[in-house]
Amino acid sequence: MQHTRLFLGDEAIAQAALDAGIRGAYAYPGTPSTEILEYIQRAPEAAARNVHRAWSANEKTAMEEALGVSWAGKRAMACMKHVGLNVAADPFVNAAITGANGGLLVVAADDPSMHSSQNEQDSRFYAKFAMVPLLEPSSQQEAYDMVWAGLELSEKLRVPVVLRVTTRLAHSRADVRVRAPRPENPLSLPPDSRQYTLLPANARRNYAALLRKQRDMIEAAEASEFNAALDGADTSLGIIAAGIAINYLRENYPGGACPYPVVKVCQYPVPEAPIARLIERCRRILVLEEGAPYIEEMVRGHFRKSPEVRGRLDGALPRAGELTPDDVATALGLKEPPALKLAEVVKARPPQLCRGCPHADTYRFLNEALRAYPGSRPLSDIGCYTLGALPPYDAIHSCVDMGASITMAKGAADAGVRPAVAVIGDSTFTHSGITGLLDAAHENTPMTVLVLDNDTVGMTGGQESLSSGRLEGIVAGLGVDPAHMRVLTPLPKNHDENVKALAEELAYEGLSVVICRRACIQIRKRQ
Amino acid sequence: MKHDILIAGVGGQGILTIATILGRAAVREGLHLKQCEVHGMAQRGGAVYSHMRLSSGAIWSDMIPCGGADMLIAMEPMEALRYAAWLAPEGWLIANEEPVVNIPDYPEPERVHAEIRARPRHVLFNATELATKAGASRAANVALLGAASYFMQMPAAAFEQAIADQFASKGDKVVGANLAVFKAARELAESRAAK
Repeated sequence: MQHTRLFLGDEAIAQAALDAGIRGAYAYPGTPSTEILEYIQRAPEAAARNVHRAWSANEKTAMEEALGVSWAGKRAMACMKHVGLNVAADPFVNAAITGANGGLLVVAADDPSMHSSQNEQDSRFYAKFAMVPLLEPSSQQEAYDMVWAGLELSEKLRVPVVLRVTTRLAHSRADVRVRAPRPENPLSLPPDSRQYTLLPANARRNYAALLRKQRDMIEAAEASEFNAALDGADTSLGIIAAGIAINYLRENYPGGACPYPVVKVCQYPVPEAPIARLIERCRRILVLEEGAPYIEEMVRGHFRKSPEVRGRLDGALPRAGELTPDDVATALGLKEPPALKLAEVVKARPPQLCRGCPHADTYRFLNEALRAYPGSRPLSDIGCYTLGALPPYDAIHSCVDMGASITMAKGAADAGVRPAVAVIGDSTFTHSGITGLLDAAHENTPMTVLVLDNDTVGMTGGQESLSSGRLEGIVAGLGVDPAHMRVLTPLPKNHDENVKALAEELAYEGLSVVICRRACIQIRKRQ
Repeated sequence: MKHDILIAGVGGQGILTIATILGRAAVREGLHLKQCEVHGMAQRGGAVYSHMRLSSGAIWSDMIPCGGADMLIAMEPMEALRYAAWLAPEGWLIANEEPVVNIPDYPEPERVHAEIRARPRHVLFNATELATKAGASRAANVALLGAASYFMQMPAAAFEQAIADQFASKGDKVVGANLAVFKAARELAESRAAK
């Protein structure tokens, strides 16, 4: 029996994973993927059968934990934002070599236009790099159905399968028909005990098997219910539309009826046969895809600047950013690009730290303590506190990847920068800061690390921070001198004493860790 | 029947509540819907929006094409103007007068209001004041929804039921106050439209 519910794309994925009988979901919060695990954490059926649903320390641990569930014969899902897949890349790529036992679905949520990210990398390249299938839904319904199909495909071909969504689908709601739930797989370890032992001799054998499966993956894509060749009478143009791009195409025609032949691509590897037929039939090809010109480059050929292929590379569509129905209308010659000139009274309204945010107090005493060192530039990290790079604080001067504040500051100290200062949040610290601090503790690097401890993952909406209650223990355990580990409370009334304490550590020619601890006010409001 | 509605405001103003109530009402009426929204960094006091598409037929894009919105509901007057290009020429702009001044270069509110009044079809009113008078000072978003509902092809009862469902967990008093705000704003829109 099927019934219909209203779901965000992320929620459709979460519900489908529960319905398809996963034993565990593993994730680190990251826009636009966060709502997947949040949904599972709220779902009564997840609690009822105790599906694993706690946050992981980072995407690498999440991926490996999911791999372990799959090893045990059960179904698992690892969810992350696109740059999280960089963190998880080592286990992800090697999971293609080990193969899967229980179904293993890796959800990568890409963020074209960088609404809340540092880049707009396209996860389809990762699936190609690891040589595994990828599913890319064009609707919330497909997102739901693809979780089922992806887990089945993973078990059939015995490889991990990637589900790629982009921000627009992840954070858009629509009605979704759900299916009756399927029971979990029984525990069943892989029949071949060498499968997961990637010693060179085993890895070569597994790799040969992965290469042999490539044809099966293409055939699965060609037979997929998610891919389609849609006929059109006007063969002056053929269109390849991937993922949600097909919606922007249909949006431009009454009843969604495009007059040109269309190949819809939502399961990869790219289905070869229908695209070959389209190229043969049509004089020109327009490629519509969300993210990088991935299919467009394939169709165009590496060094052929083919004038018959249109897309992001020849300017028919913008090279960067998420697609819009207007971009597609313009590429089809149906309308002029919209004039988005704002009235003169409209000013930019960038995001900012909340009123009463503890980070604001920290930045005030950091800035004052650093007045003794003109021109100093603290290096920082990813979280709400990155907004300290903007006025009125102008307090930090980098944001590269999770954990890079500590390691870059160490490099800066190694290069001779004094004082070398790193500013990192508590959850970013446990995600990827610990190992960098171990490097610095090992060498007693002269630098000052501020851990901004608001006891939550703030930017993504207040998820549990794994550092909670164990921060001092971690710092001390890494070998930081207890005499140079301080805990300050960032409040206006403590400003002067905080300036003084920080000044002492900045002057110290060795490693200091200053924990600036006050709970996020958004979380306090909720409690 | 279709309604393409863009909802705009500042992170934290409750535009997602407007979207949720609209969605509940639409589902009650048996309509299809797609509604996309902004999560993440912009929610920290930045400019945020939601595209709400309701239709008796199939809906393709999650985003409303530029110049295609039947209505723009703005919790904040400058945010109304930021998304004005999305509004169709015959579309209605429903905007709150009350500015959120959280940037140093916020213009004179009168200049912002004048730009809104220059548009042919608009309802500009102080939603915060109206909500406070009707007994729910935090229900400016419901006030804007009330005004917007007057221009939609859906019965008032569908919205009222959706409001009751939305606030049911907060008790009868909160539900009653929100319904009063909805009604007062809808009447205000009716009187403005008649002019």
